[in-house]
Amino acid sequence: MKSLTSHYDSLFLHVVTKAIVPLIQIFALYVITHGHYSPGGGFQGGVMMAASILLLRITLGEASYRRFPREAGLAIAGVATLLFCLLGFASVVFGGNFLEYGMAVPGADPVRLRYWGIFWAEVFIGFLVWGALVAIYDALVTGGVE
Amino acid sequence: MRFASILLLAAVGGFLLWGSGDLPQRGDPESPASTGISTYYIQNAYHDSDTPNMVTAVLADYRGFDTFGEAVVVTAAALSCLVILLRRRRREDGSETGVFPDLDGDAPGGAA
Repeated sequence: MKSLTSHYDSLFLHVVTKAIVPLIQIFALYVITHGHYSPGGGFQGGVMMAASILLLRITLGEASYRRFPREAGLAIAGVATLLFCLLGFASVVFGGNFLEYGMAVPGADPVRLRYWGIFWAEVFIGFLVWGALVAIYDALVTGGVE
Repeated sequence: MRFASILLLAAVGGFLLWGSGDLPQRGDPESPASTGISTYYIQNAYHDSDTPNMVTAVLADYRGFDTFGEAVVVTAAALSCLVILLRRRRREDGSETGVFPDLDGDAPGGAA
């Protein structure tokens, strides 16, 4: 067990963490992608994804930076925000308003387009909340050290 | 001071309780909140966007611009934390480290 280098050197904690993190992430993706049908959506699912990464950060310590690099949080948040913005402008190209998903593809059924527009908006929100929360945590943890 | 705090608390609490008497009953169909645009959402959200969860339809479609603003605020908050907290440090030779110190290999808690 070479990863027992954090301040919680407990084998049980490491095993349970590695077992439970994939489950948290699967459920987070479920919450993000089922915003149409059930309570939840991008913000809630993104927070759960961030919680799974923070669990790795707290229990594995430095070893977690190999699984989720420190720069990845902000990169994910920035790319997801940009994609959300581009999603909004997709309809502007064809004469619609900003974020008017029904106009995004000419000739397609506007109802289905709005369905998929909501879906992708939720996905991008989920990813940017995920990345932003991890980035804030990493900044708080590493920034205070001089 | 303690007496003044309790008095202020009682005054504000009493004022809010007195004001809550004028609120409409919960679920009142005649209340201002139920007679405006929300009726349209309830009746048309599914047909407009094929989305059974009308909260999601309002959040991401009808009020998409508001949600976009929220998303940008979240990203801006992360950026602000990094800009404020991750200070560039000055090395021995006078050069500065990057914003991400561990990329330079001299982070306080950097590469394990």
